Amino acid sequence: MSGHSTYRPQSKFMQWLEKRLPIGGLVHSSFVAYPTPRNLNYWWTFGGILAFMLAVQIVTGIVLAMHYTPQADMAFNSVESIMRDVNYGWLIRYVHANGASMFFLAAYIHLFRGMYYGSYKEPREVLWILGVILLLLMIATGFMGYVLVWGQMSFWAATVITNLFSAIPGVGSTIVTWLWGGYAVGNPTLNRFFSLHYLLPFVIAGVVVLHIWALHVVGQNNPAGIEPKSDRDTVPFTPYATIKDTFMIVVFCIVFAWFVFYIPNYLLHPDNYIPANPAQTPPEIVPEWYYLPFYAILRSIPNKLLGVCALFASIVILAFLPWLDTSPVRSARYRPLYRQFFWLFVATAIGLGYLGSRPPEGVYVVISRILTVYYFAFFLIILPLLGIFEKTRPLPNSIADSVLGKA
Amino acid sequence: MKAKSTIRAVFVFGALAAGTAVAAAQEEPPTPPRLSWSFSGPFGKYDQAQLQRGFKVYREVCSTCHSLNLLAFRDLADPYGPGFSEAQAQQIASEYKIKDIDDKGQPIERPGRLADHFPPPFPNEAAAKATYGVAPPDMSTLAKARGYRRGFPWFIVDIFTQYQEEGPDYIAAYLQGYREPPKGFELPAGGHYNEYFPGHNTAMPPPLQDGQVAYDDGSPQTVQQYAKDIAAFLMWAAEPHLVARKRIGFQVLIYLIVLAGLLYFTKKRVWHAVEAPHESASGQAATKAGA
Ligand code: HEC
Ligand code: HEM
Repeated sequence: MSGHSTYRPQSKFMQWLEKRLPIGGLVHSSFVAYPTPRNLNYWWTFGGILAFMLAVQIVTGIVLAMHYTPQADMAFNSVESIMRDVNYGWLIRYVHANGASMFFLAAYIHLFRGMYYGSYKEPREVLWILGVILLLLMIATGFMGYVLVWGQMSFWAATVITNLFSAIPGVGSTIVTWLWGGYAVGNPTLNRFFSLHYLLPFVIAGVVVLHIWALHVVGQNNPAGIEPKSDRDTVPFTPYATIKDTFMIVVFCIVFAWFVFYIPNYLLHPDNYIPANPAQTPPEIVPEWYYLPFYAILRSIPNKLLGVCALFASIVILAFLPWLDTSPVRSARYRPLYRQFFWLFVATAIGLGYLGSRPPEGVYVVISRILTVYYFAFFLIILPLLGIFEKTRPLPNSIADSVLGKA
Repeated sequence: MKAKSTIRAVFVFGALAAGTAVAAAQEEPPTPPRLSWSFSGPFGKYDQAQLQRGFKVYREVCSTCHSLNLLAFRDLADPYGPGFSEAQAQQIASEYKIKDIDDKGQPIERPGRLADHFPPPFPNEAAAKATYGVAPPDMSTLAKARGYRRGFPWFIVDIFTQYQEEGPDYIAAYLQGYREPPKGFELPAGGHYNEYFPGHNTAMPPPLQDGQVAYDDGSPQTVQQYAKDIAAFLMWAAEPHLVARKRIGFQVLIYLIVLAGLLYFTKKRVWHAVEAPHESASGQAATKAGA
């Protein structure tokens, strides 16, 4: 999508097609000739892994939907029947259920990679914001998928999360009733969640196309955080990036397979093997692990409305990162102070994740409040000030120089 | 209706946000002892004799109160599960009475067939609840629906050791967990003190006694053995494809590891020109010339 294509179709048919629809040239310029910085490390393979996981979720999801019944009295048993009676249904369901976790794992690594190397900075702001939109869409999709199982945790998670909207002054309870399609979470809620859970992954796929388009306009960032200057700084996408990405996708699949085949219920909550029961509140309601940091932020604030605002702010604030970070230097490699604050931020996010799984009482509340303060302070205070006060290390002249150690 | 659900919603939210999760208020029950199971680990398989004994316990004891709705008699002939012959499964099925409708539309009771599911002991949940105060839960997914908190750092260790047997460990402990209530413990009427049950007050009367179920394979006829056998049977009932899953998993992992190895060396080969120090002055420029 960038630069002029050097694509020369070999076969008669492709020459004929190219004159009418230059799709061969598009693929060639985007995935073959596309120049990628030569110094990319393995953290750069997670984009490819994410695309692979999206495909896995869509394929397994479509097969599940062929056997699934989105009806409150039958949904739980239809998932169980997939597990028991459909040929390899257990495999498809466990791949889909654990695939969601792997998808989020890859997304968080991808996101932290971007933060470490300053990939959100000019001219990649739009690319970055599209990424934040993808994260929001994934969060919505994963949540609605979890509800489809219609176990106890599905039902009560749906109740708690939809209730967040009741915090909106004035119209809150009207909105919640509208979301539910009734006066409680019930069959209409399940039906619309199924419809949206089927739809949103394709919206995600669409935004992924925009994300990659934006990427191919501005080019990839790299560990040195400086732009390629000449042909010496880049290598063509194929075979260099293709083989590296394929290798890492397979390595990722090893971890994925470990979960699917050996510990498929490790990340699922036991209560979700109990059919939904509106008359019985489970002793604890915990979301999936990938929502726990945000959940901890929600609960650390004693006021309901403010808690919900903090929850949304904690995700949306990422979109403003390009303007909150005032430093002209991209890569944390050359930013000694930023690097420390960054790792503290990673530790904070993991710590909040742990606290989100613990009951909100005693010392847990105190610690999650401290971590919440750091979470926001990182964006709102530390990043803007660092740009002014930090003494950065000298940048290499070119990517090739940085690889050759002539920095 | 609207008022009620809104109140419930507010209650649920309040419980979460204000920091009074119900369970946290109670002290955590002791950790169930960790038993050794034939189906644990990467090469785990169900022990047929054990599942057959467990089924006997289910049939003679638990089935008077607990349903097993999601299982059909044909499942008993699963070669990776209890491994009854088809004739045996058929025989077992025919000993059950199944409610049906005859050609003239009249309700009848007929002997069970392989395709029938296990009939429930109570006509509906309300009837079950009226009898014991709490409806005995359906047993089809019970072994995956129970467990206990592993806590830090064990929950991380479990990823590597593949410990997934919290459910059967808990069930075996619960069945043997009946004790005299400690002094000062107020046991409500109809309740039974159980060491492992959250809150200790369970509605299930102690179901097992030594010698209650006759085993014909010489296994000890003790509560301890019964508890272990029924817990294994329930694990199979909840996860009937476990054996195939682990077997295929091993093959998939071997395949992926070999593939990853091959790809790694291919990658090294491809990148050689760029990464080798003496040639590395070239980038895209050299690869074009070289290719
Ligand atoms: C007399 C009726 C009765 C019999 C017989 C019976 N149960 Fe139960 N069971 C119950 C009731 C009632 C409950 C609900 C207990 C509660 O929630 O307090 C229950 C609950 C359970 C639970 C869930 C405990 C929990 O943590 O929620 C398990 C496991 C269980 N029974 C196993 C068995 C097994 C195994 C057998 C056969 C050996 C058996 N039961 C026989 C009545 C019975
Ligand atoms: C962005 C990609 C997707 C994500 C992150 C995702 C996530 C999830 C999650 C977390 C669950 C609950 C899993 C469980 O506990 O069992 C689920 C269930 C489900 N999903 Fe998806 N999903 C995605 C794509 C799709 C697609 C494209 C479809 C259909 C075309 C689909 C259909 C289903 C169905 C039918 C279920 C219920 C059955 C089950 O729980 O196994 N999903 N999804």
